[in-house]
Amino acid sequence: MAAVQETVERVKAIDVDQYKYGFFTDIEAEKAPKGLNEDIVRFISAKKNEPEWLTAWRLEAYRRWVTMREPTWARVSYPPIDYQELYYYSAPKTASGPKSLEEVDPELLRTYEKLGIPLNERAILAGVEGAGQEASRGVAVDAVFDSVSVFTTFKAELAKAGVIFCPISEAVQTHPELVRKYLGSVVPPTDNFFATLNSAVFSDGSFVYVPPGVRCPMELSTYFRINERNTGQFERTLIIADKGAYVSYLEGCTAPRRDENQLHAAVVELIALDDAEIKYSTVQNWYPGDAEGKGGVFNFVTKRGDCRGQNSKISWTQVETGSAITWKYPSCILRGDNSRGEFYSIAISNGHQQVDSGTKMIHLGKNTTSRVISKGIAAGHSQNTYRGQISSHRKATGARNFTNCDSLLIGNDCGAHTVPYIESRNPSTQFEHEATTSKISEDQLFYCRQRGLSAEEATALIVNGFVRDVLQQLPMEFAVEAQKLISVSLEGSVG
Amino acid sequence: MTAQIIPSRTAAEAALAEIFASAKAGLPGSGAVEKLREESFAAFARGGLPHRRIESWHYTDLRALMREALPIAPAPTRERRAALRKAAAALPANSLVLVDGVFAAELSGKLPEGVKVTSLSAALAEDRPGILESLAAAWAEADDAIVSLNAALMRDGVVIDVAPGASLAAPLHIVYASVAEKPAARFSRSLVKVGAGACLRLNEMSLGAGGRAGQTNNALIVDVGEGAEVGHTLSLTDTRPGSLRLETFLVRVAARAKFDSFALVTGGGLMRRQIFKLFAGPDAKGTLRGVSLLRGREHADTTLFVRHAATGCEGRQAFRYILDEESTGVFQGKVVVEPGAQKTDGKMLAKAIMLSDAATMNSRPELEIFADDVICGHGATCGGLNADQLFYLETRGLPPPEAEALLLEAFANELIDDIGHADLVAAYRAEVAAWLAARARSETRSVA
Repeated sequence: MAAVQETVERVKAIDVDQYKYGFFTDIEAEKAPKGLNEDIVRFISAKKNEPEWLTAWRLEAYRRWVTMREPTWARVSYPPIDYQELYYYSAPKTASGPKSLEEVDPELLRTYEKLGIPLNERAILAGVEGAGQEASRGVAVDAVFDSVSVFTTFKAELAKAGVIFCPISEAVQTHPELVRKYLGSVVPPTDNFFATLNSAVFSDGSFVYVPPGVRCPMELSTYFRINERNTGQFERTLIIADKGAYVSYLEGCTAPRRDENQLHAAVVELIALDDAEIKYSTVQNWYPGDAEGKGGVFNFVTKRGDCRGQNSKISWTQVETGSAITWKYPSCILRGDNSRGEFYSIAISNGHQQVDSGTKMIHLGKNTTSRVISKGIAAGHSQNTYRGQISSHRKATGARNFTNCDSLLIGNDCGAHTVPYIESRNPSTQFEHEATTSKISEDQLFYCRQRGLSAEEATALIVNGFVRDVLQQLPMEFAVEAQKLISVSLEGSVG
Repeated sequence: MTAQIIPSRTAAEAALAEIFASAKAGLPGSGAVEKLREESFAAFARGGLPHRRIESWHYTDLRALMREALPIAPAPTRERRAALRKAAAALPANSLVLVDGVFAAELSGKLPEGVKVTSLSAALAEDRPGILESLAAAWAEADDAIVSLNAALMRDGVVIDVAPGASLAAPLHIVYASVAEKPAARFSRSLVKVGAGACLRLNEMSLGAGGRAGQTNNALIVDVGEGAEVGHTLSLTDTRPGSLRLETFLVRVAARAKFDSFALVTGGGLMRRQIFKLFAGPDAKGTLRGVSLLRGREHADTTLFVRHAATGCEGRQAFRYILDEESTGVFQGKVVVEPGAQKTDGKMLAKAIMLSDAATMNSRPELEIFADDVICGHGATCGGLNADQLFYLETRGLPPPEAEALLLEAFANELIDDIGHADLVAAYRAEVAAWLAARARSETRSVA
């Protein structure tokens, strides 16, 4: 097929790598010594002035981690990671607790400006100007730079509504009872290799608590940036929606372009109590490595939501375009009766990226429902795997799931894989799973080209149609960014 | 999940090692065959019995489920073989009988033209050229502990050669019979080579009551030549509770060949059927279908590895399960499309109906695709009987148990009707009807 041939040539001819956030901010940083041992764990804990229980909690996780082996079941391959060659704590020197934006290092502000992240409360998220009145309402942002949170906007306004939105290190100081009650209650420190590592050395991340009956007045958002060389980022996010509350949370991430790989091992825990709803959206755009597959972020993330209360709902939406390696399975434990879990995902891989991502829907309560829509697009030399588990337990009467995972292959050298696990232990359960893999239809392409679109525009149009189900789930602010990201990620891969 | 595990040998593993050590001298073949046996057993011993951490055995933890290893069945005595003669006389024409895993030529009928049959032990003993390569089936990449164990302990089987262009009017039957007094183990391996352009229907079945108690580890290797057409059916029925049956089926389909397979599983203590299918030449067509009807504490696992290594092949896989009482159904299907296997058209569908609160269904349809110009898809569903359909039948005057049976029968027979051979369709339909009747009887008993 001619178009595929052209594609291959183009991929060879031009630099596939269109990553535009690959710059490095030269800022003086305070680091912990290289390597990992109990002293480093104590150092991080001391830096954050943590209470004794948390230090003990970290140490217990560390001691367990030492006995664990890195999981190898995922369809990703990477050189062994030397965990003693990494820095586990790095913070911009001037970042300690600025009271106002004026106190924040201007270099940092410039960085976020370049990334299009408004730390000025009057500004709006880049890319949505002119998108209408609706979009220009504020978005509260927590900016995390390497191991610390540098600034959080709209805190005062949120506090008026009773919403707590702050870095988790601050929450440990100001709301220890909430942190202690919920931390590790969804992803226990013993959960898996990377989650255990994170429990030992987690640095910063966001903490959100929405009190009963409150609908969070604005979108909350955290922006993660890895800057320092050889530094791992281990953020920890904890979101609690109390009875009848609602919150929508967005997460974004970028990293500088480097030849070495960087490690990112995050843990996200969501807790929805009775009638609460959490909507968690991610646009993951870590540095994916260059055209030869050199460099890039290793993204090993454990994300899990617990629909603890009745009629609760958790919805994950993710657009994955970055990272050299993605290992991530945002899941829902549907514990409360009538609870609902959703997972919408677009995973795009190009160059030498490897994606192994999917979800778990664990049906425990009665009449629980879940929906999984996953769209994988593989181009270049990438490997794109959907791995998911749907299970119902003996008492999960009336559980229902619908799963649809479609893969699109662009080019000859990529691979798309589907590995679903469907486990049913209740006869009233109804599980449906369907998956398809195909290439962009030549008829569709021909039709678009006939109408005067270039091959690239036509492909972008068809791909956008392919992923529309998922894009519709994203909040407006992110949908615009995601749509742009998709076209950037596929640039150079279509003929 | 990631904690270090130090494997220790289970009683069954230790017993298997002893069985191999004492039996190997008496097993057919020398030189290269002996080497193959030693290597295969070593490969098995390295990992031991497969367990839930071995991905392809995740849902059938043989290490935990296989408590003991039975001794190999003694060679059937002349009297016992003679006792079978009467039963064998009732068998259809073209039947090849294996008694406790050993080919009994005298019980087998006259064969049609173009078919040559020998026993595996004879082929191994005379070191027939190419036999080892065919048996090793390296093309299948069947890197599996049970296949290794079978290679180490294979005692006999049939080697069937179908001449190129031969066309058989009636099906060829491989009949597994057992006469051992005590529960025993059987290891057989059979090889079917179908020449280019030949046309064959092969049916595997069991004979006689009590025939299937004990532990069975069978392997069947079918090599479908260019442009050949092979239809295959297998019935795994009324295996006794507590028995263990491991069936490996390896199929290689050459260019433009057509291969169609159907299996019916009813009953059986613990049953695992694994199918390795390779599309080796372009434009071939292959279908795998199966129906499993399970009750009691039966556990039936069907695991497929379908590999498309050539362009333009069409693969269809359809499996259905009916699960009652405390039974467990497992379906795993992995379809791999290799780089360059363009224009592959692959579809897979697994459906399960659960009739009881204690039943379990695990399915894992898997796709692994390395070529872009393909159409591949899979689907899996699992749930109870459709209430609307039941209600409709009840409004038409059918009592609930009959309405249920009618729906279940239709669900199973839909796949059976595609076998494409009237006698076999009738035989398999009858088995489904018998299973449903037995179920209805036990329901009535439990209600009373």
